[in-house]
Amino acid sequence: MELLSGADMIARFLQDEGIEYIYGYPGGAALHIYDALFRQDKVKHILVRHEQAATHAADGYARASGKPGCVLVTSGPGATNAVTGIATAYMDSIPMVVLCGQVASHLIGEDAFQETDIVGVTRPIVKHSFSIRHPSEIPEVLKKAFYLAATGRPGPVVVDIPKDMTAPTERYEYIYPKKVKMRSYNPVTRGHTGQIKKAVEMILKAKRPVFYTGGGVVTGKASEGLTDLVKQLGYPITTTLMGIGSYPQSDRQCLGWLGMHGSYESNMAMHHADLIIAIGARFDDRVTNSTSKFCPTAKIIHVDVDPSSISKTVRADVPIVGPASSVINEMISLVQGHEIAHPEALTEWWEKIDGWRADREGKLYEPSKPGEVLKPQEVVEAVCRVTRGEAYVTTDVGQHQMFAAQYYKFDKPNRLITSGGLGTMGFGFPAAMGIKQNFPDDDVVCITGEGSFQMMMQELSTCKQYGVGVKIVNLNNASLGMVRQWQDLNYKSRHAHSYMESLPDFHMLIEAYGFTAITVNTLDELEPALERAFANKHELVFLDVKVDPHEHVYPMQVPLGAMRDMLLSKTERT
Amino acid sequence: MRHIISILLENEPGALSRVVGLFSQRNFNIETLNVAPTEDPSLSRLTVTTVGDDRVIEQITKHLNKLIDVVKLVDLTEGNHIERELMLVKVKALGAARDEVKRTVDIFRAQIVDVTPSLYTVQITGDAGKLDAFLQAMAPVGILEVARTGVSGIARGDKVLSL
Ligand SMILES: Cc1ncc(C[n+]2csc(CCOP(=O)(O)OP(=O)(O)O)c2C)c(N)n1
Ligand SMILES: [Mg+2]
Repeated sequence: MELLSGADMIARFLQDEGIEYIYGYPGGAALHIYDALFRQDKVKHILVRHEQAATHAADGYARASGKPGCVLVTSGPGATNAVTGIATAYMDSIPMVVLCGQVASHLIGEDAFQETDIVGVTRPIVKHSFSIRHPSEIPEVLKKAFYLAATGRPGPVVVDIPKDMTAPTERYEYIYPKKVKMRSYNPVTRGHTGQIKKAVEMILKAKRPVFYTGGGVVTGKASEGLTDLVKQLGYPITTTLMGIGSYPQSDRQCLGWLGMHGSYESNMAMHHADLIIAIGARFDDRVTNSTSKFCPTAKIIHVDVDPSSISKTVRADVPIVGPASSVINEMISLVQGHEIAHPEALTEWWEKIDGWRADREGKLYEPSKPGEVLKPQEVVEAVCRVTRGEAYVTTDVGQHQMFAAQYYKFDKPNRLITSGGLGTMGFGFPAAMGIKQNFPDDDVVCITGEGSFQMMMQELSTCKQYGVGVKIVNLNNASLGMVRQWQDLNYKSRHAHSYMESLPDFHMLIEAYGFTAITVNTLDELEPALERAFANKHELVFLDVKVDPHEHVYPMQVPLGAMRDMLLSKTERT
Repeated sequence: MRHIISILLENEPGALSRVVGLFSQRNFNIETLNVAPTEDPSLSRLTVTTVGDDRVIEQITKHLNKLIDVVKLVDLTEGNHIERELMLVKVKALGAARDEVKRTVDIFRAQIVDVTPSLYTVQITGDAGKLDAFLQAMAPVGILEVARTGVSGIARGDKVLSL
């Protein structure tokens, strides 16, 4: 029998669970745990410079690898600093376990130094949370935490650990629990066969079908199956922002992504469809535009592992509760050997879609003229070329995020790493850091804006400490571009606090950390700078690319309209 | 429509706050809430009454089911059920009104459980409508204090809500 302190149990559990990296920041209530981590070398602790970055780094790692991320913070301010990152993971259903130190049990409720009711604070933004009440429960609670985080619809789990639970003097038996059972938690493992049959019948009979697939296909590791199914049927597919890459974007059947800034052909196809096959997507307001005008002629099949996502905003005609992968596989076997009922209708449908495509071809944006300020779109296209479309691309939030999603072409899932649900500025850089540490031989690029980057730029110091070679492409429009765009459109261009009067000299800033910075002003400087930046995989390089501050993101759905109601440029609308 | 949802909940610290928090977080409404342990000390039974159209009620039950601490639930209003609430009321009982109160208490099959020279404390059980009617009847006499438990309920017949 092995007797361990609570702190040593945590360290041992993380080893036994196969956790390689834990992101965190120490403080009084977590010090026993830090000491236990210090006395082992299997789990590597990465010291960030702000707890929010710890959560984003773990989140980025989780998104790229499909495995839960892990975070360790101290009580009070350490835990509250992690809140934004927990909410970010929650909104995008990312598996993550956050271990929070807490004041000793006898002090709880007394407004002790650095006491915060973090379970209370995070309650609406976690999948579940635990408070440790006895050191001996640590192995089981941690197992449950990882199990809950990673299964069903994934999400963050918070574990609150009062300091006395980890005291070195209190030792209890440690056994790694290989399995846990929870009577109140039984995630579905497959969809209802009758419903799936009904869905497949409708799919085969459809005349104007569209697949609409989301992050659930990515987190549910169902991309391959989805690709097979869609190819077999020959139907068009559009994905959500979170679903980008779940079907190869370079394939002709892929219409791009849909919604507020989605492609013209995606939104048009959705509006005119007679059948929408939604898988792992949640019909959120950035996709549907006005729900009352949403896809007026379409029947809806909705597959989701979370029943509460079904018929939440848009009524499903055929609801299927189940994991994307198993439902898709069942659909594939039912489709096999069957012909679609209306091949001529499908041909017509494709003609229509190709017409929409042709309408916008070459009109998406106006490239810069020689010597003029760059367009952000062409910068993203160049990044895509130089990295052969194979990089892990993280983004922050704003115009640059939309441009990154529009102009980088993703053929694989888990490659565009972006805060879709919460829209957290500051996410991109620490997320890139978390990814790069786990995929050191891949290109990891953070496409950011000067506003967002400044929210988490302290992590340059972490990158320096651990030699993290991410590339940062700062689409520097010297303004909070997305805010400015809305002010242009809705507030007669009154730019209330959307511009940055005192930007730092990014070049000097980056050099202060000992990294390379390259400033890019014109098109002829762009590709050489990118080639230089990506030449060495292990070196952090920052590209400060000056881009046109007057550019807007288009298409842009008209508020309160239907899917097809879009502004297409500053002067055109549908 | 008004619905009565009964929930078997893990008897864990914080479990109740997750349920209550869900209602405020998602803008659902709680009319009454009643909670106590069951014969199995690891489980509490919680009953909420709420108002909403079918879409809202569907979302409420789905989100409740998603809470890890919720073991099982039933919407009692979907079938025949018994609904009860207990109320304690202090009413003025002076002069002629004293007899009048006593008569009304008898009509409602309520009980006087405490007496002072100037007031009666009345205990009454029934569905929410009966309790409301009693309060209405007492209003002219003078209601001094009301304590209601909130609705509790159970399905009629063989159906049971258990593990
Ligand atoms: C933490 C946070 N605060 C505020 C916002 C609102 N917001 C959305 S986009 C944006 C501007 C972002 O500016 P920048 O990073 O420079 O990107 P750009 O739009 O200029 O490309 C703001 C303030 C947000 N999404 N996140
Ligand atoms: Mg900007």
